Amino acid sequence: MAATRLMPSDESRALIDMTREVCRKELAPQVDAFERVGGFPEQAFRTLGELGLLSLPYPEEFGGGGQPYEVYLQVVEEIATVWMSVAVGVSVHSLTCYPLAEYGTDEQRRAFLPDMLSGSQLGGYCLSEPDSGSDVGSMTTAATLDADGGGWTLEGTKAWISHAGHADYYTTFARTADTGPKGISCFLVPAGTPGLSFGRPEDKMGLHGDPVAQVIFENARIDADRLLGAQGQGMAIALHALDNGRLGIAAAATGLAQSALDAATTYAMERRQFGRPIIDFQGLAFLLADMEAAVTSARAAYLYAARLKDAGRPYTKEASVAKLVSTDAAMKVTTDAVQVFGGYGYTRDFPVERYMREAKVTQIFEGTNQIQRLVISRQLIRERG
Amino acid sequence: MNIVVCVKYVPDTQAERTFNASDNTTDRVNVDGLLSELDEYAVEEALKIVEAGEGVVTVVTVGPAQASDALKKALQMGADKAVHVIDDAIHGSDALATSLVLAKAIEKVGMPDLVLTGMSSTDGIMGVVPTMLAERLGLPAVTFASDLTVGADSVTARRDGDAASQTIEAALPALVSVTDQINEPRYPSFKGIMAAKKKPVETWGLADLGLSADEVGLDAAWTKVTAFEARPPRQQGTIVKDEGDGGGKLASFLAERKFI
Repeated sequence: MAATRLMPSDESRALIDMTREVCRKELAPQVDAFERVGGFPEQAFRTLGELGLLSLPYPEEFGGGGQPYEVYLQVVEEIATVWMSVAVGVSVHSLTCYPLAEYGTDEQRRAFLPDMLSGSQLGGYCLSEPDSGSDVGSMTTAATLDADGGGWTLEGTKAWISHAGHADYYTTFARTADTGPKGISCFLVPAGTPGLSFGRPEDKMGLHGDPVAQVIFENARIDADRLLGAQGQGMAIALHALDNGRLGIAAAATGLAQSALDAATTYAMERRQFGRPIIDFQGLAFLLADMEAAVTSARAAYLYAARLKDAGRPYTKEASVAKLVSTDAAMKVTTDAVQVFGGYGYTRDFPVERYMREAKVTQIFEGTNQIQRLVISRQLIRERG
Repeated sequence: MNIVVCVKYVPDTQAERTFNASDNTTDRVNVDGLLSELDEYAVEEALKIVEAGEGVVTVVTVGPAQASDALKKALQMGADKAVHVIDDAIHGSDALATSLVLAKAIEKVGMPDLVLTGMSSTDGIMGVVPTMLAERLGLPAVTFASDLTVGADSVTARRDGDAASQTIEAALPALVSVTDQINEPRYPSFKGIMAAKKKPVETWGLADLGLSADEVGLDAAWTKVTAFEARPPRQQGTIVKDEGDGGGKLASFLAERKFI
């Protein structure tokens, strides 16, 4: 069942209708093939880009949709109900635009942002490294300024990068000083940069339509105007960007959970045992009721954080709560959906086992749920001054 | 080139559709509705023609308040303006009355160079309104076009039959109804959705068109639905057990029903 949505405007209602129609007609027919075999769904992103769905939360003056997060995230959720890999890709792309949109100079924004928001480009977000995950401050990829200040040279390896090898640019964090977390800076690296190469796609459990790989910088030189924000500001930029990215992941996880719930409910009403539909058994009906409660609270959590952000209020804690609640909900709901389907749920003839595999990574990426608890508890302390 | 596209708001074919018990008319109010998919092809064709040259695309609908959703979708796709004819007295109109209202509305818009329609609605599925409308407007009617080329003062259309295709030329102004083979309708883009908010939608009643209530509606209809009943549930198929003679049984099953 399509989720009931209270949208803030006529155009956002039309936007949701359009998203549903495009997902049903253009994305849904492609999902199975990509998720079974793996690959980068270029046509899907092209379609979404042409319709203006890759730049919704960014300013209209640079080609964005000028939409509040409350609206943008519900579009991401709708996409996730049909194709999780693509919803994650939309969220990641939004994340890659954030450092330039928020920390770039006006000159940089005018120069780079319109192309990034045009719908014809996708970005990669290069933060993690093979030995630097949750401990962002330990990254070793380094950027060295030319003696004459004319450009930067990057050296190092980034890991777990969505759209690696397919993206048009890479929002990249690299060390510019040996001062731990304070020595990190943010760069916008064009895809064609000499010295930039990509690893073999990781052999993952799920999200096969979202190939991730290492991005390798070997003597990769970029122009001086590709530094975003000040030197040493990278860690702060990365964390602020992730506050937003986490909301995208929360919305996508909610959509994934909704799909699992829908599939399970339909099946429970059709499947008969002991002479009646299995949903007539309270033990199973209550399982579905708990799944509905989990989906509804996941949606409420991310929308609450989004409305705080849209109102210009602090939302770091609420974004982490939303990411934690909705991705845990997705894991629980998709696991229970497999249970409702019984043996059939464990086969690839039904989509719920795929949903379960896709849910797992949402508890891990863009800050593990342990890191979310760290963020939340630190905010609790900070609030007490 | 100025183009008028006639569009209809119809019950969603994927949703549960029903009739009003009181007068046996299609329930258009209590069901999910949308722009008839067959009309999207006409809107798309109009947009393509205007984008290749210049002109204004006006979409016209006759229907209850909800029918404005069909206009909105057409405006979001890219049409320039819309006309909504709405009047309680129109409820229950047959195809003749519908064509009368549409003709008056198009005359009031201003006679265009081209009137485009879908090949049929997806609810009534009569497919007669285009020709009736052409007759009332005094225009040549080219129906079921699967390809359309617009020249300075004529249109050339291809009509595909089972065995052959006809190529038909008509002088402009003309009315052309298009099939679902003619193009691939676009989705409204987000920019289109935002732009549609500012596009003009005129709302006219019968009086604005110089029509009176007794010319339209259920009482003026030449045909009436006297009864309706749900289609009986599908019967279970026949299972033939193959004991070496399966092919023969299959052939005689088909022969009995005159398929072979």
